[in-house]
Amino acid sequence: MIRLEALTYAYSNHAPIFEAFDWQAQRGEAWVVLGPSGCGKTTLLYLLAGLRQPTAGRVIVDGQPLTRPRPHTGLILQDYGLLPWATVRQNVELGLRVRLFYGPDGKHAPEDFRPDVDILPWMERLGLTAVQDQYPGQISGGQRQRAAIARTLALQPDLLLMDEPFSSLDAPTREGLQNLTLELWSEKKLTLVVVTHAIEEAAILGQKILLLGLPPNRQATIIDNPGAAQADFRDTADYLSLCRELRGRMESNA
Amino acid sequence: MRRRDVILALIGIAVVWQALSKTLNLPILPPPLAVLQAFFKGLENGDLLQHALASLWRVVAGTALSIALAAPAGLVLGQSQQLNRFFSPLIYLTYPIPKVVLVPIVLLFFGIGDLPKIILIFMILFFQILVLVRDQAANIRPELIQSVRSLGAGRRALFRFVYLPASLPAILTALRQSVGTAVAVLYVAELFATQRGLGYYIYYSGSTLFDYPAMYAGILALSLMGVSLYFGVDWLERRWCPWLYAN
Ligand SMILES: Nc1ncnc2c1ncn2[C@@H]1O[C@H](COP(=O)(O)OP(=O)(O)OP(=O)(O)O)[C@@H](O)[C@H]1O
Ligand SMILES: [Mg+2]
Repeated sequence: MIRLEALTYAYSNHAPIFEAFDWQAQRGEAWVVLGPSGCGKTTLLYLLAGLRQPTAGRVIVDGQPLTRPRPHTGLILQDYGLLPWATVRQNVELGLRVRLFYGPDGKHAPEDFRPDVDILPWMERLGLTAVQDQYPGQISGGQRQRAAIARTLALQPDLLLMDEPFSSLDAPTREGLQNLTLELWSEKKLTLVVVTHAIEEAAILGQKILLLGLPPNRQATIIDNPGAAQADFRDTADYLSLCRELRGRMESNA
Repeated sequence: MRRRDVILALIGIAVVWQALSKTLNLPILPPPLAVLQAFFKGLENGDLLQHALASLWRVVAGTALSIALAAPAGLVLGQSQQLNRFFSPLIYLTYPIPKVVLVPIVLLFFGIGDLPKIILIFMILFFQILVLVRDQAANIRPELIQSVRSLGAGRRALFRFVYLPASLPAILTALRQSVGTAVAVLYVAELFATQRGLGYYIYYSGSTLFDYPAMYAGILALSLMGVSLYFGVDWLERRWCPWLYAN
């Protein structure tokens, strides 16, 4: 589903963050990108979303080299992703309205886009019906992330990218949304890439964990975590030992 | 502020005015009723009306022109740090100049028609709108832009769904802050070199015709224009920017 081929990326006039970096993710896998602040996690996600272009090398998604955001890729950011001047409902509709704005041109919207998509089931599924006429500033952080999820999933993506989606939430809300994410992942057969700096979150969400270190990143360090995405994984000894391992690796990387 | 209180305040002003004009008993302070009569007579026979419409047209044209030029310029400056670094010293210097001192220059350059008045109003509003829209656009979070882009939005959709709604409150705030100044400067400009407009009407009724009720009627008309522009902007903001009022 995703292939990075000798990816090099540097912000202009800065040292490269990725250098001849190779990495692959198969369709349907749940990946977590874990690393300390400043290691390039967000940069990698923006590259995967087609929002930034590689300095050298290629980003290939679903067989196509990326040159622009791809209609079937969904992106959810930590904060500030919702329009403050639009109600929850209008925010959830935003992706569809953008598609209607351009029509099914294959560039901004998929060629097979049909304008009759209904967001109501998503509003209900994510518990947003009661706050649909409120503005983002009036609802809780958890509800805001739910709205962002509804907005993205209403576009029926096959690849879902999330940048620290739950890090500003309190623990119970965060666990609830982590579980919901896994539920939607398996139900919609998504390929999932979640960026985080939280070891616990990586262990819960990532069947596979891509560990980044201080730039430049040259080689992908990958940790398998087959127990992730299973019920009650949080309570197992495997979970604790994985967390310990990840902590050790992050410390030795830094 | 409730409607009832506003009406009470209006009545209060009228009572004080009436009392003052009774006690002083001077022709230069006619009673409010006489002024109202002159006001409606002027509207009916078109005398006052044509001057009021001339002034209103200048305000509307100057406002429209300044929005049309300042809002896009503000959006561009807000998005480009380089351009902003280049222009901001210039804006910094020109922004606080009281534009009313430019009245004689603008009149010399642009003569006596509508144009110099429209240009004056334009100059007052342009910088105000430019600065507020620029700051608003600069404050749009990059995360917001990126997530809307990830939904498929290109330049046009970003403009429609992000930049336009984001700059609307800035435009309205700028108008609310400076529409009063614009009307004041228009008045000053209309005192010279024109025979149309409320400024001229007020001056001519008072100092040439000695028709004081008509002069006061002109002042009333100009005040009404300022007040209704102010409240009009307020009303538009409530309609177009409801999120600002959601607690
Ligand atoms: N627009 C930019 N221009 C220049 N440098 C940038 C830009 N954005 C990020 N960087 C730098 O690139 C590096 C990687 O940034 P990135 O945001 O990808 O890190 P991150 O892993 O997401 O960190 P965090 O956990 O703090 O979000 C950092 O050193 C950062 O300062
Ligand atoms: Mg980041």
